[in-house]
Amino acid sequence: MPGTVQSIERAATLLHAVVESGGQMGVTELAAAVGLPKTTTHGLLRTLLAVGFVEQDPRTGRYAIGAGLLGLGSHYLDANELRSRASNWADSLAARSGFAVRLGTPAGLRVVVVHHVFRPDDSPQELEVGSVLPAHATAVGKVLLAGRPALARALADAPLEALTPRTVVEPAALLAELQTARARGWAEQRGEYRLGVGGIAAPVHGPGGLVVGALGVSGPAEELFAEGARPAVRTMVVQAAAAVSRELGT
Amino acid sequence: MTERYVLAVDQGTTSTRSIVFDRAGRLVAVRQREHRQHFPRPGWVEHDPEEIWANTQLTAAQALRDVAGAPGQVVALGIANQRETTVVWDRVTGRPLVRALVWQDTRTGPLVEELAARPEAALVRERTGLELAGYFAGPRLRWVLDAVPGARARAERGELLFGTMESWLVWNLTGGTDGGVHVTDVTNASRTLLMDVRRCCWDPDLLDFFGVPAAMLPEIRPSVGVLGTASALPVPLPIGGALGDQQAALFGQTCFAPGEAKCTYGTGSFLLQNTGTALVRSRHGLISTVAYQLAGEPVHYALEGSIAVTGALVQWLRDSLGLIGSAAEVETLARTVSDNGGCYIVPAFSGLLAPHWAGRARGLVAGLTSYVTKGHLARAVLEATGWQTRDVVRAMDADSGLPMEALRVDGGMTTNNLLMQFLADVLGNPVVRPMVGETVSLGAAYAAGLAVGMWSDTGALRRNWHRSAQWVPDPGRVAALDAAYPEWERAVQLSIAWGERR
Repeated sequence: MPGTVQSIERAATLLHAVVESGGQMGVTELAAAVGLPKTTTHGLLRTLLAVGFVEQDPRTGRYAIGAGLLGLGSHYLDANELRSRASNWADSLAARSGFAVRLGTPAGLRVVVVHHVFRPDDSPQELEVGSVLPAHATAVGKVLLAGRPALARALADAPLEALTPRTVVEPAALLAELQTARARGWAEQRGEYRLGVGGIAAPVHGPGGLVVGALGVSGPAEELFAEGARPAVRTMVVQAAAAVSRELGT
Repeated sequence: MTERYVLAVDQGTTSTRSIVFDRAGRLVAVRQREHRQHFPRPGWVEHDPEEIWANTQLTAAQALRDVAGAPGQVVALGIANQRETTVVWDRVTGRPLVRALVWQDTRTGPLVEELAARPEAALVRERTGLELAGYFAGPRLRWVLDAVPGARARAERGELLFGTMESWLVWNLTGGTDGGVHVTDVTNASRTLLMDVRRCCWDPDLLDFFGVPAAMLPEIRPSVGVLGTASALPVPLPIGGALGDQQAALFGQTCFAPGEAKCTYGTGSFLLQNTGTALVRSRHGLISTVAYQLAGEPVHYALEGSIAVTGALVQWLRDSLGLIGSAAEVETLARTVSDNGGCYIVPAFSGLLAPHWAGRARGLVAGLTSYVTKGHLARAVLEATGWQTRDVVRAMDADSGLPMEALRVDGGMTTNNLLMQFLADVLGNPVVRPMVGETVSLGAAYAAGLAVGMWSDTGALRRNWHRSAQWVPDPGRVAALDAAYPEWERAVQLSIAWGERR
């Protein structure tokens, strides 16, 4: 069979074995099951783990199918569906926080705005649904990158455009920030896309657990990050994103 | 200051929702329960009033419990309800005589045709501002009186009570058989075909015409003003107001000035324009209805354009054709093409309401060629909602002479961006969506809160209204759609003609 890639074939075989094991096998048993050396199997599993296709029980060391794989095919989420499910929560987030709200979905290394709620002050604003934002310089983008380790690495290889003097263009610095964002469940940007404008965003998870979108607020950085305001706004963002995730899970 | 809240009950066609709002008009708690739809025969749609009453008690108690921990208190209850749905119940036992006849029920069609043939029929339009159509409550009440043996005699003796859904709920909330208050709000009463729309009282000539005994009718009260105390709730609350759901949405959208208009996009769509304290009689197929009345103030009127099928057409695409998996996916499918490919869908599933009032019209897909794909069909489905809105807006402009500067929209379909942009383009007007999408419940909450002084006046409510999105017409598209409008009109005429041949 010319043109097949051995490591992908092996990974596929391994994934089948993980499924068949019902999450009950560690690296040794899996290596035996697929007939590969343990070191090779270990390498494959580590890669699959990194891209979210398998998960490892930290206690037993056993492997199970990851949320990323579950979310891949069967739970494809239509962007218009996402907007319709998120609408009430996005409205409520804007009303409570006083900031504009955007819901973004990943499009490669960029973010597509699928929903936009105006800042509730009746000032002139334009609907930005359908516009595209750079992932590395926006809070919604960072959340999406944090949820897709493979994408994040691809981004680190590409030149990062400096949109303002504050844009994080150092791959290592960005990756570290993404790791923090993943761990704490939210991301922020401080004037990295447009000077003076900040953002805070949190992930929206699909039914399989995969990050399918990012819900965030944005506005004048001095208001958004004002002492006292920021923790409250952050909580609202995280809770609203969690509410949308729940909405998608039902 | 301690926060104060209002509880709104939105008794809708598919469910009953209890929602708590704060003083800023923000949603604090929501509880919802669906009720069963009974379809005993083709065209018949019924609800069990006792199930709805139980759901009202349950969701209200839950919502009140949800805010029990919050520092503050709930100060009033407001009700918005599905309109024209007819309940007849026994004053002594409190039991409904039959299940409620729902506004979608078409069983009174033959009865209405018979009534329309009588010489006094012209009276109906003159006194009520409505069309003589099976869509309204009066003919349903007449049907019940005819269909249930002994009902008319019992009604004449005062043993049976009639009411629309808010009336049934208020009676039960205020004690039911134990001193329940039998009232209706003026907006609901204006939808019965039994009320004189100028004097806002039951009209003896209309009661004669429909054969309805006055003894069974509720007292007509303002929409904003205390109706009684809801003693049946865990926390007794003053019932500060009630409105039909579409009037509640107009109120929730704070359309208090003449010319201000809203359209609620759901299964069907309802465009209401405030015409102030003057009743505007339609010469272009709209109906004149009561918008709201604050206790001690004159009645405010509205022109209404009711569209039977809008969101229901998307559901049809999903459930009957299976072209999409969810309603929201219609936008995805529609965006696979850039125009309707010459295709028009007139969704006259059970006739057309405003501005045509053609009960026999039937739906059609016009302009099919082998070029048309499912993407074009999806576009035509969405455009049908836009074109129908244009029909109604055009009639409204001609009738009221009040310029509509922007259309305020709400309802489930407003999350569809393609549709909202199409609306702006087809109307040539900006389309604006408010921050609180739950305008029906909000309107009921506003009415109740005003009645008990939680808000000082309608100006305070206006300050709560904020824009969440706006779609601006694209001049090029406006011109193109102006040019295409006659095509749509032709399709509508064909659908009416198709019905006439049957």
